Amino acid sequence: MKDILRSLVDILGERGVSNAAEELWFYARDPGVLEAHFPDYVVAPETTEQVRQVVRLANEEKIPIVPMGNGMALTGLVIPLKGGIVMDMKRMNRILEVNEKARYAVVEGGTSQGALKAYLQDHHPQLRHSLPDAPPTTTIAANVSLHGQGRLTQQYGFNSDMVTGLEVVLPTGEVCKIGSPSLGPYWFSKGPTLPDLSGLFLGWLGTTGIFTKVGLKLYPNKKIRDVEIFVTDRVDLVPDIIYKLTHLEMLEDINAWFQPRPLMFKDNYHITMYFTGDTEEEVEFKRKMIWDSLEEFIVTKDGGFMGVGYMKPMLLEMPQRGIAAFADVPRGGGFEYSGPITLIEHYPDYALKVMELAEKYEVIYSSAARVVSGGHSMMFSISFAFNRADAAMMERVKKALDEATEFALEKGGIPWKPNYKEQRMTLEKLDPNTLKLLQMVKRNLDPNGIMNPGNWEVS
Amino acid sequence: MYALKFEKEICATCPSPDCLLKCQYMEFDKDEAHQEMMKLVNGEDSRVLTECVTCYACEEYCRRGNHPYYLIGERREEKGILTAPRAITNQWINMTAMQGKQMVGEVQDTALSSCLIPELGMLGSGKLFEDVAQAITFGAEFMCPAVHTHFAKMSVVKERLPKVIDHFRQLGVEKVICLHDECYGTYTSIAPAFGIEVPFTPIYYMDFLLEKLNEMKDQITPLNIRAAYQRPCSNRLIPQKHRLVREIMDLIGVELPDRTYQDENSLCCAEILRAVSGYRLANDVQQRNIDDMVECGASYCVFNCPACQSTLSEKVAKRGLTPVHIIDLCKAAIGEKELEVTA
Repeated sequence: MKDILRSLVDILGERGVSNAAEELWFYARDPGVLEAHFPDYVVAPETTEQVRQVVRLANEEKIPIVPMGNGMALTGLVIPLKGGIVMDMKRMNRILEVNEKARYAVVEGGTSQGALKAYLQDHHPQLRHSLPDAPPTTTIAANVSLHGQGRLTQQYGFNSDMVTGLEVVLPTGEVCKIGSPSLGPYWFSKGPTLPDLSGLFLGWLGTTGIFTKVGLKLYPNKKIRDVEIFVTDRVDLVPDIIYKLTHLEMLEDINAWFQPRPLMFKDNYHITMYFTGDTEEEVEFKRKMIWDSLEEFIVTKDGGFMGVGYMKPMLLEMPQRGIAAFADVPRGGGFEYSGPITLIEHYPDYALKVMELAEKYEVIYSSAARVVSGGHSMMFSISFAFNRADAAMMERVKKALDEATEFALEKGGIPWKPNYKEQRMTLEKLDPNTLKLLQMVKRNLDPNGIMNPGNWEVS
Repeated sequence: MYALKFEKEICATCPSPDCLLKCQYMEFDKDEAHQEMMKLVNGEDSRVLTECVTCYACEEYCRRGNHPYYLIGERREEKGILTAPRAITNQWINMTAMQGKQMVGEVQDTALSSCLIPELGMLGSGKLFEDVAQAITFGAEFMCPAVHTHFAKMSVVKERLPKVIDHFRQLGVEKVICLHDECYGTYTSIAPAFGIEVPFTPIYYMDFLLEKLNEMKDQITPLNIRAAYQRPCSNRLIPQKHRLVREIMDLIGVELPDRTYQDENSLCCAEILRAVSGYRLANDVQQRNIDDMVECGASYCVFNCPACQSTLSEKVAKRGLTPVHIIDLCKAAIGEKELEVTA
């Protein structure tokens, strides 16, 4: 048997490898509620070649390998369920290219959302990317690998829809380019008009390869952003309100949310809408259109616009930090959420379920749903906060989330970034032939089952 | 339960129904104004019940002290007529609910009331308030509930106001300095109108300011600026105090050039109008108001109410006016604060 540690050091150097207890403790867990599992090694590559060599070694020695961005998915997707190597990608953080006119960027697999945002602000102020409401240290590659969403998802779809090309290290050690970069130097298309192979990797949660480069669409960065919040006490009207708003085709982002605290939010459903413009006239025109579109609900007193004055700076923050306050992170709190992708017309059923679960399991809830692709679907987050020092509460949150996933599956929803238990529930419900297809893909790409095992265990 | 003291005969014999005749948001001729008011008095349906935007101004226009605005609110609530959408109405009720989170400073015989408005805490500080700043009260427990009149929830006013007054009573105060017009208006107008006893002497903060400024006259450096004053809706409850603005401005060297929307003809900040009447009216009011401020040659917009300031600051700044609270202007005049200038 090879001395794995020695081999890893040979590939990455002393500073790129560790099996120190304190490092393994850290890489054994994430901020969510799932139990820890210790890796055997942690590696931090700096080049695609190093990634390739580590993967090849792992494949030869049949050692599990878990690619990791910033580990903030909260659903344990980078917890090494079967030990092995955790590959922390954060040292591969270079922004390799920004094509201003074609509006795309190419970044390395560990580049953070914050780094790209800052780089664009400094060097390409006319451009932006779809920033998720997650800490800025979360990575672009991890976000697209789990079909993440961001500020521009309402307009342009999941962040994974915005991928313009990939460089992937396959589980067997080959480096493979996906999309237009497989034919030339440009990163403008992940698929069309070729067969779209990105589907072999996007949404697979790191179980079919490791992203070493990601091409990402960029979008116009308008000079002014503004926000309005429409409030109703009738949950049954939320889908209609969103339908009216998406018909406008002029909103940057639409979030529907409710929470019992602070008291001012109690018993109401809030629809936050963001809009942009390059001039005051453009912004005011859009504001007027938004108001007009919801006039009928105002006339019947079923809903109205609330004042956002003092909340505006917080609302316009990108990314927003409000969720940390909900979780009371500074005092040792946390939160986890189930975020099924579902039809907007199911919003009322989901909303009632959240409140039912919160009461049943005596946990604090909040929910924020994001409209996807102009209203074709929404991500409905069912969030529960917990106190890390209270094991019983964390257990109740786990149960509440499991039940939420069962409910979502019953309603025909798709769990988003599901934990390994939710993945099993999903696979059990999957059409048998679809499952067979997934198995074919997985077996062929990862014959030794080394990539993030325990996740998407289709075999 | 407390009830509005309203004299039917006063309206019946009114020679000039200014309450509705002068309204900036509804059109009436003299006869119609009188008729509609009498419908309200008699509990009959009136277009006022659905058209009033709750600007408070009729409280000022009525020279006979008969509280037409409170009557409109009472009648609306009796008939179940909402001014704003239910969700907005309830949001205000919930966000101002007493939750035991009040903050009370070292209060002895005088309290400095900052209502439920955090900005007032900062304003009520420095040399001008050095004798009373430590006696601050803040929180829903000390918040005047006048805002609920905008939503025709007079029952909330009648339920909460005695509790607020009782909280002050428990502090054993003799005087309450009100940093918000709405508070002073509540204790000196709403409370007596509903027969609610106020066991302390409310002091209007501009009276307090004027007295302090006169004491510190030798420290005042005239600011030599031109400003437009944004009169808040709640000042309509205490029109006798409106003159103090000009007296203070004169003292600190601030010119208030004449403009169309001033004094009785003032336009409100329109934040509540947004909730009650929608975007178009609110936008129109704000547009006319700010245009008027610019046209009169002002370079500053002086606020009395932090809510008005929050609503209009960004908008006036975009038009080249520097937003400033009247207290900060006074602090600038005594050299305690630098006067900001909009770029």
